[in-house]
Amino acid sequence: MLAMNYRGPLRVRIDHKPEPEILHPQDAIVRVTRSCICGSDLHLYNGSVPDTRVGMTFGHEFTGVVEQIGEQVEKLKVGDHILVPFNIACGTCVFCQQEMYGNCHESNPQASAVGGIFGYSHTAGGYDGGQAEYARVPYADVSPTVIPEGMDLDDAVLLTDVVPTGYQAAEMGGIQPGDTVVVFGAGPVGIMAARCAWLFGAGRVIVIDCVDYRLEFARKYAPCEAYDFRSLEDPVLFIKRTTDFLGADVCIDAVGAEAAGSALQTVLGRKLLMQGGAATALHWAINSVKKGGIVSIVAVYGPIDALVPVGNVVNKGLTIRANQASVKRLLPRLIEHVQNGILDPKAMITHRVPLEDVSDAYRIFSAKLDECIKPVLIPPSART
Amino acid sequence: MERKAIDPSQVKGWGVDADPKNDPTYPMKNRNDGEHAGYSWERPPQQPITVEVLHSNERPDVTSVFGTSTPPLGLSGALRRLGFRYSESSYGHWLPLVLADRVSVAEGVLEDLKQGQVPNVFAERGWKAEWEHNRTSLVRRVLVRAVLVSAAVAYLRRRRGGS
Ligand SMILES: NC(=O)c1ccc[n+]([C@@H]2O[C@H](COP(=O)([O-])OP(=O)(O)OC[C@H]3O[C@@H](n4cnc5c(N)ncnc54)[C@H](O)[C@@H]3O)[C@@H](O)[C@H]2O)c1
Ligand SMILES: [Zn+2]
Ligand SMILES: [Zn+2]
Repeated sequence: MLAMNYRGPLRVRIDHKPEPEILHPQDAIVRVTRSCICGSDLHLYNGSVPDTRVGMTFGHEFTGVVEQIGEQVEKLKVGDHILVPFNIACGTCVFCQQEMYGNCHESNPQASAVGGIFGYSHTAGGYDGGQAEYARVPYADVSPTVIPEGMDLDDAVLLTDVVPTGYQAAEMGGIQPGDTVVVFGAGPVGIMAARCAWLFGAGRVIVIDCVDYRLEFARKYAPCEAYDFRSLEDPVLFIKRTTDFLGADVCIDAVGAEAAGSALQTVLGRKLLMQGGAATALHWAINSVKKGGIVSIVAVYGPIDALVPVGNVVNKGLTIRANQASVKRLLPRLIEHVQNGILDPKAMITHRVPLEDVSDAYRIFSAKLDECIKPVLIPPSART
Repeated sequence: MERKAIDPSQVKGWGVDADPKNDPTYPMKNRNDGEHAGYSWERPPQQPITVEVLHSNERPDVTSVFGTSTPPLGLSGALRRLGFRYSESSYGHWLPLVLADRVSVAEGVLEDLKQGQVPNVFAERGWKAEWEHNRTSLVRRVLVRAVLVSAAVAYLRRRRGGS
């Protein structure tokens, strides 16, 4: 089958690989119909997640048709068209039982700090992902969900990650009616977080990024105020000034390890890999939030330490809430929001690219070419 | 900068999920009194371990399922095994893994060559997309590099000629 193949930092290509097989009685094999590239993939693409092995296939946001099921799979059947949440979750461990499906303890042998994630290095379990014609889906009865009738595939594929992650970012912000919410990052996740902040009753939503076309998109889509941090002499000071010098009630970090904006963080976190990425946006978030405020982190960092002003967290009495999104927990509500037209995820997809052109798709998304917000890869069998 | 006010009540869906109780520690985890039961849940059946799987020493064993992509191999594999002797809390764990990732890039090139394939690094880096959407910057970068390389070559030649 055709599958994306990681060859080293900034080098990916399409190759032929053997088709996946059932390896566990609760597995399913799906024929992929849509597969996105995510900001999280860029951390792998840039070589900043330890234990990213050459030869791996990435891809954790995909939909597909069930082709085979293991003997213990009961809910799914061959032929079902499903959306596959990015977390691999057993449904029985103590964390899954508490609906922390992003923190499953039975899906990632390599690290205890994170659950298994499709196509996301060995630090997240060593699974080949969905940027391929076929993928193996463990615990098929737990998270994977049959796509509701009439739902657009492009909406379905964004329900595997971007929508729940943006939503959970806002949810973890504990937003109270009237709150001022600042979202760092106008990638798909940040844009969705800004959109969802309103659902929780925000009174004012501000997005910070440095890419003009993304700011413009956010302004209309969320809708929100959106500012380019390069044109603000100091983003923290700007937020203080625009909030009566008190700070925002809630700050959301939707940037992560690849952040721009601080030479020191960039050198330590992105060039020398001495930090788990550049923590620039998190630094700004902590310093921009009001005393007693909440910082919500969905952005991804590597497992090594990163420089943030912890002293200010203490002195300001902040609450920090963070996690991988618990996709399965949120799906019922979010499917409803999509069906009722409250959320319109597919409007974020700017690029529909044949799977075979995966190298170019990565480049376009990573270098922010051609006004790309969100690219989706389409395998040959789904193009007819 | 001028503040553009947005009237929240005009935003579709405003407040539909407002939850005054979510302040600030709404249970992201749904507490179920399982907190102190330890590692006692009924584990799913074990996926047969048919490839080498390194497991964190912060766990007793391999999880019920795991990925079988790219098992450890060669020098990078040896480095990875070394890293897994240390906990996730230690640089001893992560630094060998970071190094192994770099080594495995070289191993990947060798593997390609062994199969008679010279990796097309330009295509892999998506230069076609750069050419289509970012041409001036691409041309500038290539020219700058070409100038730097030829300057370095000229300098080395002169030094060699002079000594
Ligand atoms: N927790 C989860 O479950 C989860 C799920 C999906 C994605 N993520 C993470 O969310 C983050 C965003 O994902 P995405 O797909 O939107 O990525 P993306 O790369 O498309 O977007 C990141 C944006 O941040 C901007 N940016 C860079 N430096 C900045 C700074 N200092 N301040 C403000 N903006 C800055 C970039 O210009 C870019 O537009 C990533 O770190 C990703 O790994 C987390
Ligand atoms: Zn993702
Ligand atoms: Zn679990």
